[in-house]
Amino acid sequence: MKSWLVPTAFAIAIGALILIGSILPIPLLRSISMQLLQWGMILAGIAVLVGIGNLFAVHFSRVRRRQAGALDSLTLLVALLATLFIGVLGGPSHPWMQVAVEAIIVPVEASLMALLAVTLLYAAMRLLRRRADWMSILFLAIVVLWLLSSVSLPFLGEIPILSDWVRPWLLFSPVAGGLRGLLLGVALGALVTGLRVLFALDRPYGEKT
Amino acid sequence: MIDLVALALILIAAVLLPALRFLQRRTPVTLRNIPAFSRLRRATAISVEEGTRLHLALGHGDLLLPRGAASFAALALLRKIGEGASIGDRPPIATSGDAVLALLSHDTLQTAHQATGEEERFQPNQAQLSGLTPFSYAAGAMSVISQENVSTNIVIGDFGAEAGLLADAAERANTSLIAAAMEPSAQAIFFASTSEPLVGEELFAAPAYVGQEAFQRASLQVQDVLRWLIILTLLILAGLKGVGML
Repeated sequence: MKSWLVPTAFAIAIGALILIGSILPIPLLRSISMQLLQWGMILAGIAVLVGIGNLFAVHFSRVRRRQAGALDSLTLLVALLATLFIGVLGGPSHPWMQVAVEAIIVPVEASLMALLAVTLLYAAMRLLRRRADWMSILFLAIVVLWLLSSVSLPFLGEIPILSDWVRPWLLFSPVAGGLRGLLLGVALGALVTGLRVLFALDRPYGEKT
Repeated sequence: MIDLVALALILIAAVLLPALRFLQRRTPVTLRNIPAFSRLRRATAISVEEGTRLHLALGHGDLLLPRGAASFAALALLRKIGEGASIGDRPPIATSGDAVLALLSHDTLQTAHQATGEEERFQPNQAQLSGLTPFSYAAGAMSVISQENVSTNIVIGDFGAEAGLLADAAERANTSLIAAAMEPSAQAIFFASTSEPLVGEELFAAPAYVGQEAFQRASLQVQDVLRWLIILTLLILAGLKGVGML
């Protein structure tokens, strides 16, 4: 008998149980599927520890081999060990942990977000050079129209027709319709992908053929 | 009512999937041309020829949430690309922003190497957890793009606005970018940043176009059938409302 058969059958049975439990209002099934999901969350928590081990190993190897970016990796390793040390000894409410979050993590992520605004503007400017078709022109025209209808100009305030008429029309007609179409397509794709995994048709990991 | 509609859709898909898979094995249909996937196949071959690396950014889709579907599609693509590029001098690298996804990508790449008889060439560093928040993930993946001799970046999975940073890093490193995401904001960013954008459910079509397997093609057909069912239902309901019957 193939070695994957029993675990795969077990995984299919558990998947089917959780699926049925989340759709049909049967209290026993719901409580079983909730319990299984909680076990899944505990396993996911342990996976985070394994993942951090992977992160450490990747950057340690980069420092040891003195590859490009070794200094960045060393900074990451020092920060990781320091945070781990303080977090384990003092807990998440320790003042140094608060400093790590409020003075390092939050400002750095906010800076990346700010950088993103410039990056997106630059990407929009390059769009016509990359792909000069009617869809790109329409995309850029809508972006400009949306920005103009959303900004508040000095002395003038909001631009009357754009903010009162164009923006609501854009939001509730083409944008809402297009977004619903996209989300329906994505939801159907997610549904069929989920079924492929549930039926064990799609097992990219752990099986050679 | 909503639960019953969901159950009906699942049951229809569950019946159609094996039936269409059987038909696909006998008479496979030709898929329409999507330029990004043709470029993806070429990029895999070129990376082997030139000794450069493919980088697959799998996003941060939690597999316990509905967004995990995008991660499963990305893993299926990783397997196919892993099989195609594992024989090259520089095998592909996968970066993830979720710990479970990182573990699965490790297993997927290792299995792809085993399937092609290149098991001894697999390096654990090929599957990396780059960061656990969207922006820390992007920062980690950006360093891979710039430092690992990457020729093509395949950014596919669950991404948010941080996708813009990855697209910019790919552009600055003078590498190709093939990208698809589940989130509409990331789709808009990729539309502006890539030469051949992938929109909406095309994310889920990637394994079928690269792998050419019967069940993958059948799943595309199931999506089409369900889409037509929904369109017809919407039209009928709109018509009934129009004549005052609803």
